[in-house]
Amino acid sequence: MSNKLTLTVSLAVLATMAAAAILAPVLAPFPPNEMVHAAFDAPGVGGVLGADGLGRDMLSRILYATRYTFVATLIATTLACMIGVSLAIIAGLSKGWVDIVIGRAVDILMSIPQIIFALIILAIAGVSLTTLILTMAVLQSSTYYRVTRPIAGDLAAMEYVEVGRLRGERLHWYLFKEILPNMVPSLLAQFGLGLSSAALFISSLSFLGIGIQPPAADLGGLVRENALALSTGRLTPLIPAFCIALFCLSVNGIVDWLVGRFSDKPDVK
Amino acid sequence: MSGNRILSIDNLRVETQTGVLLDDVSIHVDRGEVLGIIGESGAGKSTLALSSIMLFKSGCRPTAGSITLGGQSLMELGTAELETIRRTKASYVAQSAAAAFNPFYRLEDQVTEIPAMAQKLTSAQRRRMATELFEELQLPDPQNFGRRYPHQVSGGQLQRAMIAMALINQPDLIIFDEPTTALDVTTQIEVLRLIKKVASTHNCGALYISHDLAVVSQMADRIVVMRNGKMVEQGPTRQLVDHPQTEYAKRLVAHQGDGSYASTNGSDETLLDVRNVDVGYGGVTAVKDASIRLGSGSVLALVGESGSGKTTLARSIAGLQPARTGEIRMRDSLLAPLVERRSFDQRRLIQYIHQLPDLALNPRQTIRDVVGRPLSYFHGLRGTGAEQRLRELMDAIELPVAYLDRYPASLSGGQKQRVCIARSLAAKPDILICDEITSALDPLVEESIVKLLTRLIKDEGLSILFITHNLGLALRFSHKTAVMQGGRIVEHGDTRAVFEQPQSDYTKSLIRAVPQLREGWLDGFSANAA
Amino acid sequence: MTLFANSPVKSFVVARVASGLVSIFFISFLVFLGTSMLPGDAANALLGQNATPETVLALRTELGLDQPLPVRYFHWLGNALHGDFGTSLSNSQPVINLLVPRLINSLILAFSAAAIVLPLAVGVGLLAAINRGKALDTATGSVSAIFLSMPSFLIGYLLVFIFAVKLGLFPPLSMVRSSASLPTWISALTLPVLTLVLVAQAHVMKLTRAAVLGVMSSDYILMAETKGIPRNRIILKHALPNALSPIVSICMITMAYLIVDVVVIEAVFNYPGMGKLMVDAVAYRDIPMVLACGVLFSTIFISLNFTADLLAMLVNPRQRLPRKGN
Repeated sequence: MSNKLTLTVSLAVLATMAAAAILAPVLAPFPPNEMVHAAFDAPGVGGVLGADGLGRDMLSRILYATRYTFVATLIATTLACMIGVSLAIIAGLSKGWVDIVIGRAVDILMSIPQIIFALIILAIAGVSLTTLILTMAVLQSSTYYRVTRPIAGDLAAMEYVEVGRLRGERLHWYLFKEILPNMVPSLLAQFGLGLSSAALFISSLSFLGIGIQPPAADLGGLVRENALALSTGRLTPLIPAFCIALFCLSVNGIVDWLVGRFSDKPDVK
Repeated sequence: MSGNRILSIDNLRVETQTGVLLDDVSIHVDRGEVLGIIGESGAGKSTLALSSIMLFKSGCRPTAGSITLGGQSLMELGTAELETIRRTKASYVAQSAAAAFNPFYRLEDQVTEIPAMAQKLTSAQRRRMATELFEELQLPDPQNFGRRYPHQVSGGQLQRAMIAMALINQPDLIIFDEPTTALDVTTQIEVLRLIKKVASTHNCGALYISHDLAVVSQMADRIVVMRNGKMVEQGPTRQLVDHPQTEYAKRLVAHQGDGSYASTNGSDETLLDVRNVDVGYGGVTAVKDASIRLGSGSVLALVGESGSGKTTLARSIAGLQPARTGEIRMRDSLLAPLVERRSFDQRRLIQYIHQLPDLALNPRQTIRDVVGRPLSYFHGLRGTGAEQRLRELMDAIELPVAYLDRYPASLSGGQKQRVCIARSLAAKPDILICDEITSALDPLVEESIVKLLTRLIKDEGLSILFITHNLGLALRFSHKTAVMQGGRIVEHGDTRAVFEQPQSDYTKSLIRAVPQLREGWLDGFSANAA
Repeated sequence: MTLFANSPVKSFVVARVASGLVSIFFISFLVFLGTSMLPGDAANALLGQNATPETVLALRTELGLDQPLPVRYFHWLGNALHGDFGTSLSNSQPVINLLVPRLINSLILAFSAAAIVLPLAVGVGLLAAINRGKALDTATGSVSAIFLSMPSFLIGYLLVFIFAVKLGLFPPLSMVRSSASLPTWISALTLPVLTLVLVAQAHVMKLTRAAVLGVMSSDYILMAETKGIPRNRIILKHALPNALSPIVSICMITMAYLIVDVVVIEAVFNYPGMGKLMVDAVAYRDIPMVLACGVLFSTIFISLNFTADLLAMLVNPRQRLPRKGN
């Protein structure tokens, strides 16, 4: 039952964060990039959560930052999933040299530490939101490939797929009737894990100053901007970081529930 | 009598949180005696075997009854005392020796672990102890055999090494838990004979567990029949085999067959003609120059041990694995090596049924989806026409129509295999290729599937290529038999002729190795026969 | 060396070294390619404000930029193999001179963390597996779930907030010079190392626990139980040696990740390591520096992963020795 509770809480947290991200323009008391308070105003004095070093309203900036983090994470993860799964299915069904080439390429991609790879690409191509998202999508697609390739391979070797082959079924039948339905549970779980690792990854890059560029800031960027204020003895600079942790914790909670649920076989009864 | 009693289990009940594994089971073993336990999967045989040394899988516990081993009541003992009992009084021989040996240690170190724990032994002493036993169990090069790691020796040798390990502590009781199930018949014979010899020379008692009545009847002095955690029947071996009392035991005995052959109803017309086929992958040639013929309306059994190439040959006939040379003809048309190159009708007329129905059914499709697909694909049947045919097919495989809306997971193994048969029938084929389709099923379920197939041959005018490692089954069911060894067909003819006047030495040894219920069958083997 | 003469180990080593070299080759080429496709090349970048068509042309010739791309790549590669990674654009010093002290600092950080976290987390993971489902297992499981969800800079700043700001025990930043005294070093290193330990422990624990549980459910453990082997001996003699191979591999892979994790941690503490150097170089678009750091990081990462697999293979007889005989 505690599993159910975790699920409910996780969903509630995610829904709240999503609402905050979508409704940021409505909810934010001030424009995020305008200096409306005195620098380093304490919470309560200048806005609910105080002001940053330039006198901008912290609450408004956090709402908008959540938006950036959400959008970037979601797009990058979806792209990564699509790239990885397509490659895995192509490799699994075609076998032969196509499989080998894709497999080698992914091996190489995975043998290089992701953050280093991202730093190099961003240094060369320059930092922009599009580059950031594309880089993340390509880097994380290797994970989806690694998870789905064996499934695609196993499934393609499954006897029930062989029965289809003996009958003379076409590719779209395999894909939509035999292979994809059986991949959904593990893909969903991987997508969840991918969301939290993408959120952590993008936040780390922004924290390093090579993610979303000022004056806009995502949650990681906000930590970078305000870290020095920690020395004043306030924890408010870390609120954005706690938001990331909360997001990941909730997503992982949902993944745990999913994994538990789909380990049972489906039945009509 | 009680002075000789080694094990006695009385009114034992073992439960999990959700169900009862053993219910009111009482057995006993005396010195010098082998007690056979027989039953199908889920009967509680292994639970009973392990409970005799007070071991229970996690989540199971005994809730009633008593277990007495070597005069000590095990229920009252603590962990340390139980461990001492297991080290000194009893030994266990598991089904899969490959998994039961620790991959990290050399065989001799594992075999001599128990004595080396009790007293300090030099490695020379340990080697001598192991060598002695390896010699007794006729292992090759006994001096050096123990220096190998488990993955470096064959399955049959590993099984014998495990028996050596069981003997090292000179136990009062040895538990054999399906010790030959994973072995081929010819290897099985050697191991069975060794077990029998060991049980008599070491003057201990033994529990022998198997799902194969013929094997148990050769090994045991008394037999207990188990089903769903309960004892169905027990008695001295000859009495139980010759005069079974309960319906279940009667069916088990009847399953062994009375040695009569299938009635010939096959015509001489050749339906499938396979000539000089070679099949291989990479540098390996799995099938060499194989020729077989399947007559219309008949059953051709293709028998052989694992690795003989029988499944590869079947797959090349189906077009899954292309033949390199040779030709495959159905009636007058030549079949392309690959199924993708064969015509619509050729694909429809040959249907293939796999060994494991679990893998052959998509877990996310209902039975209606599974059986309905060939109807729409091959015959364009949809709506009421399809529904009508689906009902007929469910009748044909003797399953309720309501099962159409179920998923495979809610069906038993036998029911799943029936669904696979229905899927093949839906195409209205001429030829069914059955690849070991009953080998994963319990004996009585196997019997019912074979009965179903026999009826279908008449009703649907089918011909069947029946791949099996089970010679007894081939004898009862097929009209013709082909024997494969090392990728070659070594024998091909009428089933009666193959079994009564086998031509090749291999077929002879294979037929002799099939366990029989007959008294003294195993003892009749001379040392050089196997 | 007859030990491995016939063994699968040799072919494994050959294959893996080859594929590792391909990876490093690939990343260096990718970086090189990317660099040469930049709108302004190194000559423009070097000259900055002083760039006139004539000076650029002269410098291009001097730098060999007028040569075809493959020639330049192999030229660069040849130099790199001799430790010559070119000149830093922001600093005008040879890259290698700036790099080496920073690399040493990063290695000190990563290896100190590894020395603490590996024995600790492997031990706890082991205990959790042995006491599966009991209080210790659930407690450590929940703690690791929380740490796995935290960005590493959050862990770092929380430690700064508690130990530096509130308690004043350690400096909030770790800008040490290599000439600093040992106590200064230790006090500067404590918080970054602790952060890395907390970041890595959850992974190591989880993986170790899973590895041991996998072994404990094997048939040969049941076999040992039927033989009457006491539980402690089963764990130490039967389960652990078999779990050794995955655990060794977990440890090496953790080291690989620790060396990469320093990138973020060094930024939190302003620690003068190679990670910080690389991040700053990215900000200034100091391409030769980024390139050198990237290739070096990747090489260390790939080598440690290779060592992980090799060690795991060597402690496992099933992989170390060929099948033979029947």
